[in-house]
Amino acid sequence: MTDVPVDFTTLPPERGTNYLTDEFTIRSWLFTTDHKRIALLFFASITVFFFVGGIAATLIRLQLLTPGGTLVGPDVYNRLFTMHGVVMVWFFLIPSIPATLGNFLVPLMIGAHDLAFPRLNLLSWYIFSLSGLIVIYAIVAGGVDTGWTFYTPYSSMFSNGHVIAAAMAVFVNGFSSILTGLNFIVTTHKLRAPGMTWYRLPLFVWGIYTTSLVMVLATPVLAITLGLMSAERWLHVGFFDPALGGDPILFQHLFWFYSHPAVYIMILPAMGVVSELIPTFARKPVFGYRGMTYALLAIAVVGFFVWGHHMFVAGISIYSGIVFSFMSFIVAVPSAIKVFNWTATLHKGVISFDAPMLYALGFVGLFTTGGVTGLMVATLAADVHLTDTYFVVAHFHFIMVGGTVSAYFGGLHYWWPKITGRLYNRSAAIIAALLTFFGFNLTFFPQFILGYLGMPRRYFAYPPVFQVWHVLSSAGASILAVAYALPMFYLGWSLLYGKRASANPWDATGLEWLTASPPPKHNFEVTPTVVRGPYDYEISEDGRSYARPQA
Amino acid sequence: MDQALHQWVPFWPDTASNTGDVVNAIFIGLAAVAAFICLFNYGLVALFAVRYRQGSTADRSHRVQETWHWEIGWTAATLFAFLLLFVWGAGAYVWLYQPPPIANEIFVVGKQWMWKIQHPDGVREINELHVPLGELVRLVMTSQDVIHSFFIPAFRIKHDVLPDVYETLWFKPTKVGEYRIFCAEFCGTEHALMRGKVVVMDTKAYQQWLTAQPPTTSLAQQGEALFRQLGCSGCHGANSAVHAPPLEGVYGRLVHLSDGSTVRADDRYIHDSILLPESQVVAGYQPIMPSFAGQIGEDDVFKLIAYIKSLGESPRPVR
Repeated sequence: MTDVPVDFTTLPPERGTNYLTDEFTIRSWLFTTDHKRIALLFFASITVFFFVGGIAATLIRLQLLTPGGTLVGPDVYNRLFTMHGVVMVWFFLIPSIPATLGNFLVPLMIGAHDLAFPRLNLLSWYIFSLSGLIVIYAIVAGGVDTGWTFYTPYSSMFSNGHVIAAAMAVFVNGFSSILTGLNFIVTTHKLRAPGMTWYRLPLFVWGIYTTSLVMVLATPVLAITLGLMSAERWLHVGFFDPALGGDPILFQHLFWFYSHPAVYIMILPAMGVVSELIPTFARKPVFGYRGMTYALLAIAVVGFFVWGHHMFVAGISIYSGIVFSFMSFIVAVPSAIKVFNWTATLHKGVISFDAPMLYALGFVGLFTTGGVTGLMVATLAADVHLTDTYFVVAHFHFIMVGGTVSAYFGGLHYWWPKITGRLYNRSAAIIAALLTFFGFNLTFFPQFILGYLGMPRRYFAYPPVFQVWHVLSSAGASILAVAYALPMFYLGWSLLYGKRASANPWDATGLEWLTASPPPKHNFEVTPTVVRGPYDYEISEDGRSYARPQA
Repeated sequence: MDQALHQWVPFWPDTASNTGDVVNAIFIGLAAVAAFICLFNYGLVALFAVRYRQGSTADRSHRVQETWHWEIGWTAATLFAFLLLFVWGAGAYVWLYQPPPIANEIFVVGKQWMWKIQHPDGVREINELHVPLGELVRLVMTSQDVIHSFFIPAFRIKHDVLPDVYETLWFKPTKVGEYRIFCAEFCGTEHALMRGKVVVMDTKAYQQWLTAQPPTTSLAQQGEALFRQLGCSGCHGANSAVHAPPLEGVYGRLVHLSDGSTVRADDRYIHDSILLPESQVVAGYQPIMPSFAGQIGEDDVFKLIAYIKSLGESPRPVR
């Protein structure tokens, strides 16, 4: 925070009603077209799914404490990790930042009154909720045991779980994803305030914009893939099962053509969040703004051409393995640029360590580890040994949990005063951020070692030689569980009893901080005219830092 | 190198093949580069975080916001480092997945949830694979049902095992001992129990083990018996009245098909001709052969292939 003390005890001047107090009926929430309220609807939904997926994760880690598979049997275990994957990927991670923070902030950051298609935005939440009900049905009815990847011919011809219901849930969920993406693309193109040129857009908006491009282009392929798989299962139309004349590798190509870009759907918004947090708390403009935007675009584009790296041992040709490995190295370059630029932003900053900054720095560290281990599995000969082991499990959890979830929590803590108009307990938030970082590392670092030792994924029981690493990992998971549960308490407390927040408690430059906390229903009383780029933080002669808002 | 590794890293996994040594070297190289990048970055973050913390008196004049020199510099440096790693890994991948000509061919069938192994001399094992020390071994693998993955961590090799496809792995065991086999691709309820072991024995012990096995005929002889039992000889036999292609010397030869294309009569071709006969009909013949899909298992197909191979083999094409 700045050297200028902000008096948190004073209430902000009365500004009439804000979006939260506009109306109090349930109807006014369920039929709202206000992007801020829809963001909160999404927030409630994905929080439920975060805990559903979290319960599965807890049971998995408990099961793996002992090698013999004592807690649950193989069928239950297989259903647990499938549920964990399906719920966390499609019902938490993919909507996490875009549908909540993105929904809330994109119009505010570009100086708009709402998204381009407010009713479509509400429809997106209803579709998401419908898909959520279907997936809960699939779980309650008996679960699915295919893994979140639905590999054929196991899923289409052999599994006895509720595969079609789960696939239908993901299929429906995709429409929510596409509609949200479409809305952001049009909004970013058409609703920017006067003076808000493309190169004055905050990097968070760039992150959401590039994510949206990927959502709109990739998600239909997933719908097709799961549709074909369901048709094979239901009607025995041979697409993927060789016994019916199909090709199982074709399924993998189609599935990963979506599901690799889906990784970028998860990480690009997180990069956007971190690019907001670091300049604010380092009191310095982000290093290499343009390079950061090009890197986002490059990742989004090149990310479409690396899907085959999931299949190096699956039976693809050696030549295509080489091509996909090469592309995977190329896509690492823009990610590396981003990491360097975040680090360089800290240079000669005036750095303070509130909870959002701790989450952001945690993101940089964990994303770097996840990234370099990504290079290790992109290296062909190493991947032959590492793929389908815990090394890969550790790698993608570093990116998706260490990266995306850390950024999500960082963003939540950063914009919480804006969203709710309330402040939370600073010390509690700092403790949660630190616990997240240490708990995460203890959970997932041992899994890299397990992977090189040869421990395969999706094993409900394992040879005792691996146990010590599993015990470490489960110990870490218990810390992580506390770290993720803590915010429920102090943020819940803040919601009811927290001190009122000022319009700009962090002394930041974005347009969202110009309006009241919480914002009025139509965001701005007067549409702001943007006069400069984001992150205009300076230090004066006497060493004090100050910020020039974008408008 | 192996001993030094165990000394420095007590939990370093066993390495017991030529392939394992190659992958170890690459992994250590990668881990070193990864550790360097991480430590460099963490070091800078920590340094800046301490030095430029709020309240410190560090010099903050001449702040740099954007410099293409630095950005292009570190982009080029990372790209160059990455490309070296890529080339190293790709070279080894080509080597790992392109077996040299190897006489000792062992057949592996994965099925829910076991590994069935057939040696050329007819010895059969389940979830165990005995191999002699220091000799090249080539595995030919297929699946009876879903996708499995044959993984020997101590050899640092794995390959998915798919239905209706023959995939190969090869290695040269370099250390006597017992090493785990895992199924690495999720294949259903008891996926985690689809384990086995490779037993690497010195030549003498291996010979003793072989002679101790229950007496059996060679794989080709078992295939010949099957060939008669299934009635294949009724059409493909020398004195048959049915017009069916003769199989003597067909293995490895180029075969002209009725749709005008040409294929090499390899394992996969023979497999498909038995299970999906209508997909590849030899030019000049009627598509009258019945499919044996569902009637014989993949292990029996291996026997038939061994028999057809024993009828004479055209020289393998040079790749």
